[in-house]
Amino acid sequence: MSLAVGTLPGAGSASAGRRGEQLLRRLARNRLALAGLVVFSLVVLLAVLAPWIAPYSPVRTDFTAYLQPPGPRHLMGTDELGRDVLSRVIFGARASLEAGVIAVGLAIGAGVPLGLVAGFYRGPLDDGLMRLTDAMLSFPQLVLALAVAAVLGPGLAKAMIAIAVVLMPVFMRLMRAEVLTQREREYVDAARALGAADRRIIWRHLLPNSVAPIVVQGSLNVAGAIITEATLSFLGLGTQPPTPSWGSMLNAAQQYLTQAPWLAFWPGLAIAITVFCVNVAGDGIREVWDPRTR
Amino acid sequence: MTRFLARRLLQMIPVLFFVSVIIFVLINLVPGDAARLFLGEEAPPEALASLRRELGLDQPLYIQYLRWVGGMMRGDFGRSFKDNRPVLATLLQKVPVTAELTAAALLIAWAIAIPAGVLAAWRQRTAADYGASATALVGLSIPNFWLGIMLIYLFAVHLRWLPASGFAPPTEDLGRNLRTIVMPAFVLGVVLAAVVMRQLRSSMVEVLAADFVRTAQAKGLAARAVLVRHALRNAVIPVVTVMGIQMGTLLGGAVITETIFAVPGLGQLAVNAIYTRDYPMLEGVVMTSALAILLINLLVDVVYSLIDPRIKLAGGRS
Repeated sequence: MSLAVGTLPGAGSASAGRRGEQLLRRLARNRLALAGLVVFSLVVLLAVLAPWIAPYSPVRTDFTAYLQPPGPRHLMGTDELGRDVLSRVIFGARASLEAGVIAVGLAIGAGVPLGLVAGFYRGPLDDGLMRLTDAMLSFPQLVLALAVAAVLGPGLAKAMIAIAVVLMPVFMRLMRAEVLTQREREYVDAARALGAADRRIIWRHLLPNSVAPIVVQGSLNVAGAIITEATLSFLGLGTQPPTPSWGSMLNAAQQYLTQAPWLAFWPGLAIAITVFCVNVAGDGIREVWDPRTR
Repeated sequence: MTRFLARRLLQMIPVLFFVSVIIFVLINLVPGDAARLFLGEEAPPEALASLRRELGLDQPLYIQYLRWVGGMMRGDFGRSFKDNRPVLATLLQKVPVTAELTAAALLIAWAIAIPAGVLAAWRQRTAADYGASATALVGLSIPNFWLGIMLIYLFAVHLRWLPASGFAPPTEDLGRNLRTIVMPAFVLGVVLAAVVMRQLRSSMVEVLAADFVRTAQAKGLAARAVLVRHALRNAVIPVVTVMGIQMGTLLGGAVITETIFAVPGLGQLAVNAIYTRDYPMLEGVVMTSALAILLINLLVDVVYSLIDPRIKLAGGRS
């Protein structure tokens, strides 16, 4: 690709800025990805502005108006306690987005440094960490997340930790693989010849040059993390009532499927739309950033 | 081949060892005491003490671990806290159910993904391609528990075509078995179909641009023969890899689908074990599923060499 020409790894910030601009322009040309980003931003906005946007309180019960079908007063109907479903769906975005972003952030925060150290120093530490990731990756992800969540106890923060634990080995392996190829490059030799210490080589050279695959993987994993949080909440191990979350709303809705099917419809649709947007945007980011898929 | 198998089987030992350590440590981090869980909050202290002794809970942790692993090697996975039955007997009862469900899900996934992936690659950048690719993305984005609930509403509550939940063993009533398995298998297969379709499309696109495909076309072979005999055969290898990796997703998905559709398999067993804190059972389920994933990945490597004789079964990746 033309943009690689003249852009030495770890080169100055002027060209990095130009590169970022080029990436943005390329992303803008991918209309589906852009649409995904826009809708996702709207969901984020809804979550942030929930108290001002939601027509009702998400937790106030009204026993004179329970299980009402969608209508002008309650656009998405009301649930078994007379709470407004639309308001709960809007507030529910908070749990999902927090879980998606924070869990992936935690996984990156733990996995990347471990992968860096393993790939840079190799040896028994690397062997041990790699066997550990082998073992963690040979669990069914959801079973591991369930087991960790069961140990930690129910709650959104704990569900995030459980999701982060499950995702961590992915980032660790990715970072290690990246460092293994980067550390043999000439610019690392050059830095070493100039007398750079290990720490400087790791932080100033290896890490910045390995960011792209981490960002791509991370953006794709946000979608998975949102679904996993919803799943844990659906199974009663994530967000706890009365705080609304899409997964726990679906769990409660199951009981009223014959009388009030709309209860199961809206939260699921919200998850599907959000995850779809993240997937589309993630795909777009991968296409512009990952030279292999160009 | 024998040497390859022996080597790969040996490589599983350290992985299973780590899996067993992880799950054992996890479970022992849980606050609370198994004896109390077993006998209830009001149990007299003497009874608690004697049960602790019986379960070996008064021993140091590493002794407990060694006993557990030693037991498993002799086929003794311990007894369930819930019904005091041997864990292994329950596991052996549940494995065939989940195996049938995942096999049916795999078939459904292939039936959707292979034609769709081939079509999307062959008719690149047409409406068919965009349609198939967008559908795959939708399939990836729909949470399987929501899809399950919606299908139950449509086919069981609304149309009354299929039972909402439950399971009948195929040996008892094959018709009923198929009717109970079709919805959960579809739900489980959808995500996999999406993943496989995307992978197949991108590897087909690559293969279709290769010289040998042009040669085949140039010598006048029918499009169908080129697609199936030349392109698909070569494009399917990365797809098989993805299938191996997706096995974990499939078993994880089984947890959800079995819970929603009340299918009495390993997944439902895992969830119930977590809810009732039946730790010996949970440990057994985790070890079984880890072993299953490792064995299936081994099978995938063997299948490689059958599809593509150029791949030699030398040592494994590590």
